[in-house]
Amino acid sequence: MTRPGFVLEVDRSTPPILTWHGEGFRLESLPAGRSRVIYPPEPLESLKDPDATIRRALESPLGDSKPLRELLFPGMRLTIAFDDISLPLPPMRRPDNRQRVIEAVLDIAAAAGVDDVVLICALALHRRMTESELRHAVGDRVYDSFAPIGRLLQHDAEDPAGLVHIGVTEHGEDVEINRRAAESDLIVYVNINLVAMDGGHKSVATGLASYRSLRHHHNVRTMRHSRSFMDPEHSALHSSNWRMGRLLAASGVKIFQIETTLNNDAFPPQMAFLQKREWEWNPRDRASYAASTRGLSLLTPRLARSLFQSIKAPHAMTSVQAGEVEAVHAETTRMVHRQQLVEVQGQTDVAIFGLPHICPYNVNSIMNPILVMCMGLGYLFNLYRGRPIVREGGVAILSHPTPWAFHPVHHPSYIDFFEEVLSETTDPVAIENTYEERYATDEWYRHLYRTGHAYHGVHPFYMWYWGAHALEHLGRVIIVGGDRKAVRRLGFSPASTLADALEMASDVVGDEPTISHFHCPPIMIADVK
Amino acid sequence: MRALQVDRSVTRFATARLSSRPAVLRLTETEPPAPPGPDWVTIRPLLSGICGSDLATVYGRASRWFEPYVSFPFTPGHEIVAETATGERVVVEPVLHCTIRGVDPVCSSCAAGRTNRCENLAAGHIAAGLQTGYCNQTGGGWSGALVAHRKQLHYVPAGWSDEAAVLVEPVACSVHAALSAPPGEPRVAAVVGAGTIGLATIAAIRSFREDVTTVIAVAKHPDQRRLARQLGADVVAEPDELRRAVRRATGSWVLDSGQLTGGAGVVFDCVGTSESLSSSTAVAAPGATVVLAGMPGRVNIDLTALWQRELRLAGAYAYGPEPVAGDRHSFDLAMQLISEHDMGRLVSALYPLERHSEALDHASHAGARGATKVAFDLRHEKRR
Repeated sequence: MTRPGFVLEVDRSTPPILTWHGEGFRLESLPAGRSRVIYPPEPLESLKDPDATIRRALESPLGDSKPLRELLFPGMRLTIAFDDISLPLPPMRRPDNRQRVIEAVLDIAAAAGVDDVVLICALALHRRMTESELRHAVGDRVYDSFAPIGRLLQHDAEDPAGLVHIGVTEHGEDVEINRRAAESDLIVYVNINLVAMDGGHKSVATGLASYRSLRHHHNVRTMRHSRSFMDPEHSALHSSNWRMGRLLAASGVKIFQIETTLNNDAFPPQMAFLQKREWEWNPRDRASYAASTRGLSLLTPRLARSLFQSIKAPHAMTSVQAGEVEAVHAETTRMVHRQQLVEVQGQTDVAIFGLPHICPYNVNSIMNPILVMCMGLGYLFNLYRGRPIVREGGVAILSHPTPWAFHPVHHPSYIDFFEEVLSETTDPVAIENTYEERYATDEWYRHLYRTGHAYHGVHPFYMWYWGAHALEHLGRVIIVGGDRKAVRRLGFSPASTLADALEMASDVVGDEPTISHFHCPPIMIADVK
Repeated sequence: MRALQVDRSVTRFATARLSSRPAVLRLTETEPPAPPGPDWVTIRPLLSGICGSDLATVYGRASRWFEPYVSFPFTPGHEIVAETATGERVVVEPVLHCTIRGVDPVCSSCAAGRTNRCENLAAGHIAAGLQTGYCNQTGGGWSGALVAHRKQLHYVPAGWSDEAAVLVEPVACSVHAALSAPPGEPRVAAVVGAGTIGLATIAAIRSFREDVTTVIAVAKHPDQRRLARQLGADVVAEPDELRRAVRRATGSWVLDSGQLTGGAGVVFDCVGTSESLSSSTAVAAPGATVVLAGMPGRVNIDLTALWQRELRLAGAYAYGPEPVAGDRHSFDLAMQLISEHDMGRLVSALYPLERHSEALDHASHAGARGATKVAFDLRHEKRR
C-alpha cells in the first residue's frame, strides 16, 4: 500500500533532514517547534502490463476520438511526435515510455497499411538530441528503422520552410508549428507527463512551435500570471496553449494525444535513502548515505557530474490515456495529482529547497547558475496548488554549489546571458524588453541550435522568466554553499551554511521564522490550503 | 629643493626588476635646474601624475629602446600641472622636440607639426631626453621645480581644479590614440584596459568619433567597470569575456577553436602586454586597426592573425594636431574632454614625495585598489 505525502512538524527528536546539494546532499538540522518537512507520497504501484494497457488505450480512446486503428488508412501522412530529452527526470531505465507507445502505434499503422510515417522529436527551442539519447527514448528498433532513411527528425523551430503559420488566436497569438506535422492527416503525440504542466494542448502548441509562436506565452507577463504553471486551472501559460490548441483543431489539424504517467520512483535501490523519511532509515540506508557522501567528497565536480548523470530512474508507468487532447489531459492530470499532491496547511516565512543535480535542461550537461535559478524559483517554487508554500515577502533558501560553469555546446547563449545581461540587470521585464529580441534572432545562436546541440538563443531568457513569479513574490533569495560570485551575479545572497542562511533570512522575515523544507525530489505538488 | 631622481646604475635597475621595488629611485636634496636658454622658465609643480611608463622605469621594466633618449640622473614626472613665477597655472606638453632643443632646421616631422615623431630627441642644446621627466637638464614633475620651454606650456582654464589639470597630458595621449585610427564605415570599437588611458580613450571615442557605433570596454575591477560605463562604454566586459562581447556586438560566428569570424573594426590596446595585445588582435575584424595606446615593452604574441587578416598595428604616441578633428591639437581636445566628462574625479590619491614608495605601489595596483590616477602632491614643497 502506497503511503500518501506527509508533513512532519519538526521537534527535538527529529533527525537531521536530507537536503539535496547538486551532485550531493547534506543532512541539515532544522529549528524545532517552527519547522516542517514536506515529504512526497511514496511511489504508486506500476501497471502490471504496460504494453497491454497501451494497446487498450489506443483501442478505447477518451473524448470524442475514434480508436487509433480507425484513424489510420493507406496513403495517409502520419506524424508521430514525442517528448524530448527534458523528460523524465532522471532519465528512466529502458524501455522508455516513448519506446513502448511508439512501437504500439507503429504496429497499428503497419497493420493499417500506412507507409508515410515520420517521427519528430518535439524539441521546441531545446537542444537537439544525440543519437544515443534518441535511441534511449525510442528504442533501437525504431531508431534503426527510421533514422537512416531520414524519417526520424528533430523539430527545427528556425526552419522557415519547415514551419507553417496556422493563424492567430482571439488573443492575437500567432500559431506557427512544424509544417510536416501540420500537413499530416494525423499527428500522434506521445507524452511522458512527469509533472502537471506537461501535456494537453501544450504538447503540440509548444513542442512543435516556432519562436514566433512561443513568445506569446513564454514571457514575463504570462509567467507572473501563472499561479502556478503546475496548476493548469490557474496558469496563463496553459490558457494560451489551450487557445492555440483549439485553433489548431479548428483549422483542421488532427491530433491523437497519448499521455503516460510515471510513479515517482526516481532513484535506484542502492540510493533508496534519497526517497525515504529520515527517521525510517535502516542501518543500510545510513551506511549508503555515509558511503555516498564520503565517496562524492573524493570526486572532482566533473566526475561527480558524470556519476549522477548516469543515474537511470526505475520510474514505472502508472497510466496511459489516449484520444482527444483535453479529455486525455484531464485524466492524466488526475493521475499526476494522485501521485504527487501533498496537502499542506498554510504558508511559512521561509522555504528551503535543496536542488538536485538535474533539471529539464541539463540532462547529460551542466547545471549552470541560470538553471539553478530556474530549478529553484521556476520549478520547485512553483510545485504548488493554491498558494506558494512560502508567504509573500518571505525568503527562499536554495542549496546548490552553483558553479560558474556552463556547457559550451549546450548552453552558448546562457554564457552570454550570464556575462552580459545579468551583469546589467536581473529584472525580468527589463531583460525581456532590452535583450530578448537580439538573442532570439542572433544568427550564431540560430546556427548552433539548428546544426549542433545548443539550446536556442532565447532559452536562457525563458529560464529567467520561469522564476519571474517567485522573484516578484519573495523578499529575498539565499543560496547555501554556492559560488559566491555566481550567486551575486544572479542577484541573490550567498550563505556558507543553512544556519547562516536562516540568520540572514531573519533580516527579512524577523526572528524565529516558520520554515518549510520541501523534501524534493521525488517530485510532489504542495496543495497549500 | 627635494626631487626624486633616477640614477644610471645597473645594480639598482637589476634590483628593481628582481625585487619589484622602485630601487632606482631616490629622494634627494638638489638645486633647481637652470633654464638652458632665454625661452625657458622655471615652473613649480603643483601635482604630477604617475604614469605607466614611469612605473616601468622605476621598477626596471622599461625597454632598452629608450636608453638613447634619456640622460641621467633625471627626475621623472611628465604629467604636470605647475605654477609659473607670475602665478599662472600651466600644464606641460613634455615632448622635447626640435624647436625646444634649438635644432634648426627642424626635422621633417616637426616641420609638419608632428612633434611627437621628432627625429632629434638626442640632439640640440639640451641633453638627450624623450620628454620632460627623462632629461637631466629640464628636471621633472616629481620635484619642487623644473624648467620648461615656453612652447611647452598650456594655460589652465580658470576654475579648473589641479586634479583636472594634471590629467591633460594623459588624456591628450588617449585623444591622440582615439583619433589615430582612420575614420571609416560605422564600426564596433574595443578598448582593452580601463586605467587612465583606457578610460580616457573611451571618452575620446565617444566625443570625437562618429563612426564608432558601439564601444566595448575591457575592465577587470568594479570601479573601472563603473567608470567605463559612465564615460561612454556600451558594453563592459571582463578580460575573459571580451571575445564573446565582441561576437555579440558584431554578429560574428565562432569557429571550433574559439576564433571569431569577424570582429571589431578598431581595437585600442591600452595596456601593452602580451596578453592584452593577443586579446586585441584576437577580436579585430579583417582589415581592422589595432592601436597601441599603452606603452608596450617586449611582448610575445602570435602575429599570424595580423598577417592573414591584414590587420594594421598602429602605435599612438603622445599628441599633436589631429587631422580627424580639423587639426585641433590633442591638448585642446583633451581639455574639452576633461571638462565635458568631469574627469578630475579620476585622480584617486595624492602623496607627498617622501611617501613615494607607497605612492608607486598604489599606482602599480591602482585598479585592484579602486584607484585610477595616483599623483604626487607638490603644493607644499619648498621651492629651493
